[in-house]
Amino acid sequence: MATAAAQRTARPEADGARNTAGDPAEYQRVFDAAVAADERIEPRDWMPDAYRATLVRQIAQHAHSEIIGMQPEANWITRAPSLRRKAILMAKVQDEAGHGLYLYSAAETLGTSRDELLDKLHSGRQKYSSIFNYPTLTWADVGAIGWLVDGAAITNQVPLCRCSYGPYARAMVRICKEESFHQRQGYELLLALSQGTPEQHAMAQDAVDRWWWPSLMMFGPPDDESQHSAQSMEWKIKRHSNDELRQRFVDICVPQAESLGLTLPDPDLKWNEERGHHEFGRIDWTEFWEVLKGNGPCNEQRLTQRKRAHDEGAWVREAAAAHAAKHTGATKAAGHETTGAERA
Amino acid sequence: MTATGSATVPVTAALALGDDALVLSHRLGEWAGHAPALEEEVALANIALDLLGQARVLLSLVGDEDELAYLREERSFRNLQLVEQPNGDFAHTIARQLYFSTYQHLLHAELAAGDGPFAPLAAKAVKEVAYHRDHAEQWTRRLGDGTGTSHERMRRACAALWRFTGEMFQPVEGLDVDWAALESRWLESVAEVLDRATLTVPEGPRTGAWSAGAGRQGIHTEPFGRMLAEMQHLHRSHPGASW
Repeated sequence: MATAAAQRTARPEADGARNTAGDPAEYQRVFDAAVAADERIEPRDWMPDAYRATLVRQIAQHAHSEIIGMQPEANWITRAPSLRRKAILMAKVQDEAGHGLYLYSAAETLGTSRDELLDKLHSGRQKYSSIFNYPTLTWADVGAIGWLVDGAAITNQVPLCRCSYGPYARAMVRICKEESFHQRQGYELLLALSQGTPEQHAMAQDAVDRWWWPSLMMFGPPDDESQHSAQSMEWKIKRHSNDELRQRFVDICVPQAESLGLTLPDPDLKWNEERGHHEFGRIDWTEFWEVLKGNGPCNEQRLTQRKRAHDEGAWVREAAAAHAAKHTGATKAAGHETTGAERA
Repeated sequence: MTATGSATVPVTAALALGDDALVLSHRLGEWAGHAPALEEEVALANIALDLLGQARVLLSLVGDEDELAYLREERSFRNLQLVEQPNGDFAHTIARQLYFSTYQHLLHAELAAGDGPFAPLAAKAVKEVAYHRDHAEQWTRRLGDGTGTSHERMRRACAALWRFTGEMFQPVEGLDVDWAALESRWLESVAEVLDRATLTVPEGPRTGAWSAGAGRQGIHTEPFGRMLAEMQHLHRSHPGASW
């Protein structure tokens, strides 16, 4: 975009910063000015190490959440109760793999390879969203994930489309479009159940009862306990506080639950005229921290399956790399991996 | 997709083609979350979705797609035994893809060129299947001519599934196809891919010895019953419900 480029402040490139005896304070000043002016930081721009590390951590966690998040839903692909629902679900799980791809690519622009990030996921050094450590026990869970989990994700992610780091912001634009489609599909699935037989209605209510509180936890700990929030807000990686987004989500969900003919499992939920928001009950943060630590119902299962798929696929990725090295001399195998040939 | 009037659609043929697509789509869907690389998660799901789309059109030509998919018993399915074979390792899945997509591509090209009731569907499907075939061919070459391990796995997979390939060329009632010509083109095409992949055409029979027949007669292999049990369970647990 020519206009955007023209309006951009002149910035030192990262390589230049390292290779010349530039003044670090000056680089910092230019970076701060760009962020303050709501400009996008691009991969070749100089950026503070901590900014880069924060982005890598956040983008990696997001990418990992996409690929681990495939598991609870894939759990129902083979049992989807109609061919239409099966097609919708398969397309959704495929979209998540696609989101993983964009996000790992965004992380690559910060100098971190997908392999490196996957290693960190597999060894437990990087996290994914705790919500995927809950099981999908019935078909209605597929709908509840779409409506609530994707709904919460969108509430979190829409502001990221304006994140200060360009590649992440641009990846989020596309991801949010697809997520909002998933959210509507989830809602529609629950609506069909809610208006279906008494058994189907009960299935939908049970799923909402189980997914409601964990969905509220997706916004992270309360603002006063949030470890990374303040700095991320300053860098415009994050635009709204956890509690602000959580409130926004609750306000969106309450009327939707009514339209669905389902209740939300919170006796304290009520409209506060003065605040113009819904008040809601106390979140069980003990559960949140426990699941985060690894004590959720599916933590081990999710990671084990991920590692197994990766390990069992190693020979395939090696074959692709070996084939590429033999035949094209290309440095990139058909698979994503940094190939043996590249390392050699 | 416009149906050309269900009265003119031969039921046996619609079920044969539709069940092939339905069952293979299901098997490919089992890969979700288990694929060897993220790119393959996307690719396998994409192929599965194409096939599911084809199945829905074909089954809807001759009945209600969900009734046909969820309420028929194993013996009423008319798919090839090849497509119901469990995924096995990635090499088995690719060998199955190579054999089937080559067949499906040749068959749909021929149907698309004719003026029968399947011509419109085949014209669309042939474009999708061209990609499926390309995907299978590329992977057959990577695995066959990759590492020693991958070569051996691919060789074994091609050999294991070879005995299910003869059934593909058994005439299907209602399809005006020169089956013998289709078979020789299939053999030629598969042999060429295997050769480029440094593999050889497997030896051994391409059909079973059992005179009862195979998938087109509703005779399936044991894993198919379990696949259907899983696929149909939820739908059957709520008779008459809509989803």
